[in-house]
Amino acid sequence: MSELAIETAGLVKVFGDNRAVDGIDLAVPAGTVYGVLGPNGAGKTTAVRMLATLLRPDGGEARVFGHDVLREADAVRQRVSLTGQYASVDEDLTGTENLVLIGRLLGHRKPAARERSAQLLAAFGLTDAADRQVKNYSGGMRRRIDIAASILKTPDVLFLDEPTTGLDPRSRNQVWDIVRIIVAQGTTVLLTTQYLDEADQLASRIAVIDRGKVIAEGTPGELKASVGAGAVHVRLRDASQRPAALEVLTKILGPGVKPDADPVALTAQLSGEDSDREAAEQASRALAELAAVGITVDNFALGQPTLDEVFLALTDHPATEKEVAA
Amino acid sequence: MTAAATEEKAATYTPAVESLNAVLAAGQAPPRPSAWSASVTFGWRALLKIKHVPEQLADVTAFPIMMTLMFTYLFGGALAGSVTEYLQFLLPGIMVTSVVMITMYTGVGVNTDIEKGVFDRFRTLPIWRPAALVGALFGDVLRYVTAGAVILVVGLILGFRPEGGVGGVLIAMVLLIVFSFAFSWIWTMFGLLLRSEKSVMGVSMMVLFPLTFLSNVFVEPETMPGWLRAFVEVNPITHLVAATRGLMQGNPDAGEITWVLVSSAVLVAVFGTLTMRLYNRK
Ligand SMILES: Nc1ncnc2c1ncn2[C@@H]1O[C@H](COP(=O)(O)OP(=O)(O)O)[C@@H](O)[C@H]1O
Ligand SMILES: [Mg+2]
Repeated sequence: MSELAIETAGLVKVFGDNRAVDGIDLAVPAGTVYGVLGPNGAGKTTAVRMLATLLRPDGGEARVFGHDVLREADAVRQRVSLTGQYASVDEDLTGTENLVLIGRLLGHRKPAARERSAQLLAAFGLTDAADRQVKNYSGGMRRRIDIAASILKTPDVLFLDEPTTGLDPRSRNQVWDIVRIIVAQGTTVLLTTQYLDEADQLASRIAVIDRGKVIAEGTPGELKASVGAGAVHVRLRDASQRPAALEVLTKILGPGVKPDADPVALTAQLSGEDSDREAAEQASRALAELAAVGITVDNFALGQPTLDEVFLALTDHPATEKEVAA
Repeated sequence: MTAAATEEKAATYTPAVESLNAVLAAGQAPPRPSAWSASVTFGWRALLKIKHVPEQLADVTAFPIMMTLMFTYLFGGALAGSVTEYLQFLLPGIMVTSVVMITMYTGVGVNTDIEKGVFDRFRTLPIWRPAALVGALFGDVLRYVTAGAVILVVGLILGFRPEGGVGGVLIAMVLLIVFSFAFSWIWTMFGLLLRSEKSVMGVSMMVLFPLTFLSNVFVEPETMPGWLRAFVEVNPITHLVAATRGLMQGNPDAGEITWVLVSSAVLVAVFGTLTMRLYNRK
């Protein structure tokens, strides 16, 4: 086993009588992206804030590269950077001013801080926006200036709390690319998300958390194996052909095929052991077979399991927002 | 360049592996800054915020002018017979009242600022912990100086002629700023303690109104009933007014000046400590 960047044991945070984080154990190998997946209110932000020394744990232990987040907070702060769920830059200041400010606080003299800021702004495609207040930035640009501020000093551990929530697909892809580059340079990234596909794309291991507890942990492959690799959604032209289609699909894809409420639609759950590629092959074989027996297909989609499906498989409830304790 | 054109460019941004790698490779930080240097950097942030939102200086210009005019003409005739005569007595007190009242915005500022995500970033930086708050107070000191200067100018126009001369007035203002800086730690504490901006305002008013009005700002305590005089004489504002008035009028009172300096030190020690305890726990 390689060195651990983050290690927690029985980590607890209680707000009133709400156990926001309720005994979390994590082991994050150094130099990897670790995904923390869970719905709104699961306790992701609370957990990250404890690891980043912003919140005092009420129980358990957490270490970052061996340093206790409580007793050795300063040593932890030397090694981590945080990009919070809500902008962790000053919205009243310009892009340059924000980066120079952080640069100065890290100990750079003004000229060096200016130079480093210009470099970062260029690398993040923000040179043209350098002298505009951050509150006038688009969502994607804000995320980028925020991440830029987090790597002003290259951190050993970077916390990204829901870095793509609310972003358009293109900005999301940009953030994903940035994360891949950062981790390739040796930084450990702990990323929280509500999207399974995001964790699947980026993380080498994922912890699924629900109501303050880890309910599943493993590689994306292991996780999908326990949940199912996803589903094939088929829409037929003609409702009368559905029984025949059901028969064909069951023959190829196994017993997980069910008619939907919509009379022309069917959904086939793919079995979990299959890799994405095998799932795609199975699906295309099914499509060919349907065509061969003369069934007209209007729409055919291969979908990853949604967070709701993950939760239904792992617990007895969908991923609903946790009720806030009054 | 128009915003639309910038958006266009932003949308077509593709993270470049080489330039990001170069930036990451050069990401070693120098030794951490000193406590002083970190605080000054936060003071610079406060100045930048004033630069971007200059309207916030309206409080420290309009309010003092209003206070000076209002009380000079309201009480001038009745209390001293002549407005100019009363002004010689009133102006130091009005300056103290206005500046001490303005310290209230410190708490409101801390309360709104700390809720923003950027404070999370500051608190994860390996710097001297009180720096963010001390720096914010440096910015506030600039507001106190502005308010004090505005009142002095208005006073001079209305006929204020301090016997203490330039030196006396300057030392008096420095003393006032030192006390206000120390006094502001009460508000940073409430700013961290209370949930909303409104409640911070409420508490500030409850403390500041009695403190400034039940003092020697408007009338000499000799005219007051005994129970009120007892309060007025222990009120720190009374001592601050006595010290500044003495300096400005050319008969400095070493006892009062010492009293102000000692109480400033006590305020920082007590409320500074409480503030930092809250700040670390937040
Ligand atoms: N400062 C706080 N005070 C009280 N309750 C909180 C606080 N922060 C979070 N909570 C509660 O803790 C739970 C977990 O919240 P959070 O960590 O923000 O979840 P997530 O980031 O996964 O959406 C929620 O029920 C939330 O209402
Ligand atoms: Mg959150």
